[in-house]
Parts: sequence; C-alpha cells; structure tokens
Amino acid sequence: MKMTADVFKNFLANVVTMVEEQKDYLCELDRKLGDGDHGVTMSIGWQAVNEKLNGELKDEEDCGKIAILTGRTFLSAVGSSVGPLYATGFMRGAKAFQGKSEVTDEDLKDFWVAFVEGIKERGKAEVGDKTMVDTLQPTLESLQANFAISNDFEVAFTEAVAAGKAGMESTKELLSKRGRSSRLGERSLGTIDPGAMSAYLILETFLTTIKSTQTA
Amino acid sequence: MKKLINNPTYVVEEMIEGYVKAHPNHVRQLEENARSLVTAKETREGKVGVLIGGGSGHEPAFMGYVGDGMADGVAVGNIFASPPPDPILEATKVIDKGEGVVYIYGNYAGDLMNFGMAAELADLESGIKVGTVIVTDDVASAPKEEMEKRRGIAGEFFITKAAGAASAKGFNFDDVIRVTQKANDYTRTMGVGLSPCSLPQTGQPSFILEDNEMEIGLGHHGEPGIEKGELQPADQVVDRLVQDILADMPVESGEKVAVLVNGLGSTTRMELYIMFRRVDQILSEKGIVIHRSYVGDYSTSLEMGGASITIMKLDEELAELVDYPADCPMYVQK
Repeated sequence: MKMTADVFKNFLANVVTMVEEQKDYLCELDRKLGDGDHGVTMSIGWQAVNEKLNGELKDEEDCGKIAILTGRTFLSAVGSSVGPLYATGFMRGAKAFQGKSEVTDEDLKDFWVAFVEGIKERGKAEVGDKTMVDTLQPTLESLQANFAISNDFEVAFTEAVAAGKAGMESTKELLSKRGRSSRLGERSLGTIDPGAMSAYLILETFLTTIKSTQTA
Repeated sequence: MKKLINNPTYVVEEMIEGYVKAHPNHVRQLEENARSLVTAKETREGKVGVLIGGGSGHEPAFMGYVGDGMADGVAVGNIFASPPPDPILEATKVIDKGEGVVYIYGNYAGDLMNFGMAAELADLESGIKVGTVIVTDDVASAPKEEMEKRRGIAGEFFITKAAGAASAKGFNFDDVIRVTQKANDYTRTMGVGLSPCSLPQTGQPSFILEDNEMEIGLGHHGEPGIEKGELQPADQVVDRLVQDILADMPVESGEKVAVLVNGLGSTTRMELYIMFRRVDQILSEKGIVIHRSYVGDYSTSLEMGGASITIMKLDEELAELVDYPADCPMYVQK
C-alpha cells in the first residue's frame, strides 16, 4: 500500500474526534489510578494538533514534517508525562517519513517501530508496569514479526493492533509501577491503565483510517 | 464542585493574565511563551539563575515564589501537569546571566522528562549550564531506603528559599547547587488529607473519603497515602506526622529547625494554627529550637482539605539562608 499525506492527516483528524468522544471515559479510568485528567490532557493536546491541521499543516505534503509538527504541538500544549512521550514517538517516527508525500509499507512499519522505541526510551517503562508500553510493546513485536513474513503493512498492523489490544486489556490485572499511581499498590488492580487505553485507541484509529482509505 | 471560573479550558491562561496584571512590579510574562514568567527587575550579571515550575493548582506555588531572594523564573504547567520544555527553556534563556541556571522541581515522571528535555535544549541551543535539584521531601511516598523515589511537596518552598537566598547572596553555581541539595536532604514533609479537590475541567473529586475519614500521607495531587482511617483530633494527627518525620530525619536537642504548617487549599488558618501549636509543643519537649515558622497556604492542591507539616533541619549556613529576606507577589519576608 501507499499512504498519502492526506491520509496521514485524516488519521490525525480522526484521533482528534476519537479523543473528544473518549475524553470522559479516559478521565474516569484515570480517576481510579491518578488525578483523573488523562482525557482532559489528551484533549488539550489533540485540540492543539487540530488547530495545526486546519492551519499550518493544511497544505503540507511532507509526511515527516507533519509528524514532527504533530509531536511538537502536542508537547507544547500539554507538557505532563504524555507530552514528552508522544512527542518523542512522533518525532522519532518522522524519520521514516522524511521528505515523502507518499509512504510505503516499509516506511509505515519503520514509523511505528521508531514511534514505540522512542516512547520506551523516553519513559523507561517496561512491559508489566501498567503503562502505555503494555499496549505498545506487543504491538511492536507483532508488527515486526508479521511484517517480516508478509511484507504487507496492513495485514501486519491488523495483527499488531489485536496484540496491542490484548496488552491494553492485560493492564487490568497489573499493579502500577510507574508514575503517580505507582503507590496505589493493590488498589491499582482491576482498572485498565488510561495511558494503555488511549495508546490502543490511537493505534486502532490508524488501522481504521488506512482500511477505510483502501476500500474507498 | 462550584468554582468561580469562566471556561474551564482557559483557567490557567486567565489566572496568569490576572497574576501578571496584579503584580507588574514583581513579574513579567515573556513574549516568547505565555507560560514563562520572570522577575520584573533586571537581575545582575553573574547571578546564578533559579528556575522553578510545575503544574498549576498549587498556588501560591510555584509562580508566587518569583521575586527577590527566591526564584528568578517559573514555567507554569496545566493543572497538576508538568510544563512542557518550551516555557522552561524560554525562561532559562532570560534568567541566565552567564553563570548558569538551577532547576528545582518535584520528583514526578512528567517533570523529570520535561525539565530534563529543557535542560538538554538549553545546553545544545544556547550553551547554558543547567544544574538540577529534584525535591523529594514527602516521607510518606516511599521508605527511607528508596528516598530517591519520594515525591516533592510543600518542602519545595524551603528548598526554593535556600536556593534563592544563596543565589541572591552571590554564591557561585556549584555552591548554589550544593546548598539547594543540602536543603532538600535536610527537609521532610508529611501531609494529611480530609477532603478531595476537583479539576476544573471534570468537576469530579480526585479521591473519595467519607465525612468521618482522613488519609495520612496523601500526595498533593490526591495520590493515595499510607493509611486511611477515622478522623482524629488535630493533636493526634500532628503527633503522628511529626513522629514519622523525626523518625526519618532525627533532630537532636539543641538543634535548630524551620517549620512549615501548610494548608492544602480549603483548610482554615484556625486549624493550621491549632496544628502549629502542637508542633511547637512536641519540638519544645524535645529541646528542638524552632528558628523560623511559617503557617498558611504555601503549596495547595486546589480546594483540597487537609494540611502538611514540613521540618527543615538547619545548620548555620541554612539558617542564614532561611533568614534572608524575600519579596515575591505571594510571599514576603523581611
């Protein structure tokens, strides 16, 4: 497949919509584990990205520049801990897209691999810590393994998102080990980590975006 | 929860706007970034810069501590969220007077990443030397063996005080770092929560406590503490907090301390003074000298109910720094 800059921007716009729809749910998850603002934080960040989509990025054709500006904009709007994490993800991923108005299966795979690696490096969380890494790491592993077999991004990413979903769901049974919720101990059991959930929703949005584009 | 606000989305912007308009002789907002505030007075060449920052909702911390004898600049984050690197970096560039800038912030994942990125950028883009002291005063947030995991709470006021005074007195970069780190090492805080706060954007309580309950060791964003139980009289609560603090940081008879009894937002001065009265009784009994005392709202959590007690052990150097005058919009010491 080929993904154009317009499809990439559609994905970002779809994330904006998704975050608005899921805002209250993400806050509700976070109230059980943190200070209850994860949905608000994501919304502040993605609304800022939305402004860029309607402004500076409207005619931008370079997928790499789109990714970099998305990361920087999100970071500048939120700070927090998700700011540096997503900013690092988008900026590392941008390398795979640099100077390209249309990206290939290989570029897409490289983007998401660098995206996840960047977040892991910045946040230093491991699988099992009850963070977004519980969603992202299984996604990364599945994507790499399946892409090596099929060389088809959409096929591999479909599997990867399913693996990410299982990882996200696994956070329900995990103890928080990082961030403010890390001192909840047993009380962190039974709730899905809001960061793992929003990371999954973003991946899922990417998948539905490229799928709807393919069939259209 | 009822709040006197306009659009919840703009509470931080509107607060800063009001703050800057109200205190034009003390602070100015940087054109480069609306979340960067610096002291209105031109600081002298060679002065080591002191930069603080963190989430909003803790007023007067952190922006209330910009001024003479305290911080030179502050980066203001969203509610209970670290500021991004941009406002930190812009303030850094302005307050650097050639001798570097010291960052002071609480030990939270978001702050570590954002201030860490800003420090790297300050070095890369502008060649500014940045030192960092991470505040870890909250005894309840991790055992002594894992002190490096502890949160920073109200004690940051004392750490900022020491750094600001040292820098104003003309200490060099290494010495400002050294005394600021010492201030952190000599400072312990423990808090008690009685009622939650709610974020303006969600209106939902940050945690649940029954009417007759309290939580010992609660964090200042509503992070859970170490013990939830029936509300005790003030004296018993103070006994518990001071006992845990002194068990963690022994203070000998005859030694001097500074004490802060800090309200979390909705606790009355009456209650805080009742608490201070007990702190004074306990320390007097032990022969510990209260060199300086502070009672009031110094680091709040929106309208959270409850209070924290901070004790900073003083050697001669720290006592001098604590005594040094300060003149900030939300804190003055003559």
